[in-house]
Amino acid sequence: MSPVSTSSSRLVFDALKDCGVRLISALPETWLVHLIRMAEDDPETILVRLAKEEEGVGISAGAHLAGVRSAMLMQNHGFLASVNGIVSCAQLYRIPLLMMISYRGEFGERDPWQTEGGGVTEDLLRALRIPFAYLEDQEHVARRIHKAQTLAHSANKPVALLLCRDLMWEEG
Amino acid sequence: MTRLEALGAIHGRLDDKIVVTIMGAVSAELQSIGHRPNFFYLQHAMGLASSMGLGIALSRPDREVVVFDGDGSILMNLGGLTTMARYKPRNLVHVVFDNESLLSVGGFPTATATGSDIAGMAAAAGVPRTCTVRTLDEFTRAFDAAVQARELTTLVAKVDAVGPAGYVTDLAMLENRFEFQRWLRQH
Repeated sequence: MSPVSTSSSRLVFDALKDCGVRLISALPETWLVHLIRMAEDDPETILVRLAKEEEGVGISAGAHLAGVRSAMLMQNHGFLASVNGIVSCAQLYRIPLLMMISYRGEFGERDPWQTEGGGVTEDLLRALRIPFAYLEDQEHVARRIHKAQTLAHSANKPVALLLCRDLMWEEG
Repeated sequence: MTRLEALGAIHGRLDDKIVVTIMGAVSAELQSIGHRPNFFYLQHAMGLASSMGLGIALSRPDREVVVFDGDGSILMNLGGLTTMARYKPRNLVHVVFDNESLLSVGGFPTATATGSDIAGMAAAAGVPRTCTVRTLDEFTRAFDAAVQARELTTLVAKVDAVGPAGYVTDLAMLENRFEFQRWLRQH
């Protein structure tokens, strides 16, 4: 039984759909496995599996200009891999992005290789002036996703939601 | 052939298509021939023109999408060829103007100057239709064939390493971005 929370993934996916998201780009990581499967199984959602997360910035930018709301699913290291695209495409052109970033390398992380990226994630978001919020509890998931989407569109800028361990990982 | 000649030869066919270009000479030269509200110039995120084209093609299956890319740009996003090929939208034509150099920063040779083959890489990535053309006649015929085939195509056009006198045009980036979005909304 996977310790990645199916119920939390369902809440996240349903909230994204409820926000009008019709295209999801994704590069898998452990915490996103159920979310990606839900996107794949949903006939109303276009799932674009990427080779590298930065492509998702271009894809989402194109989708936005073409009138389609999208979300990016990636690990925080994928966010690191996307930085130039975020700055030079989305920020430069004032294009909203909804970035769902799984927050690895933080408190509770057992994989050593995640910890360096975990340590810089928030500072990098702040340095790039990307508004972000935490998704830590099922109680606020839908509300925070809606508010993130609202801000992304009113500001015409990328906004990030950090999918935290307490939300995504089920363990005693 | 020059890139300017190639763009000029097909400019009239672009009125009903959604066009995304990469930065530098491609953008400046297309504008010098004639800007249209359905043309978007991606002025800095190298590599992402093809990804933007894919996002637009998937979102607007009712319209033909043409990407004008460069060798320097696509070399920065080779993985994107596999993503394009994975979803193979029928309404996407990916043109790569290959002048074997990064022209606007001083003319440094790219890897295509020493044998790297973009069309070959696109084919190996799974793009269903690929070709490399060297003359204006070959280019216009290949472009028309790609549009007519209704199948994802990467069309590499080998062009001279020449470009415009300047790269900053009088169309502001944000003006272009909002006008393009509005055109897409209305058409």
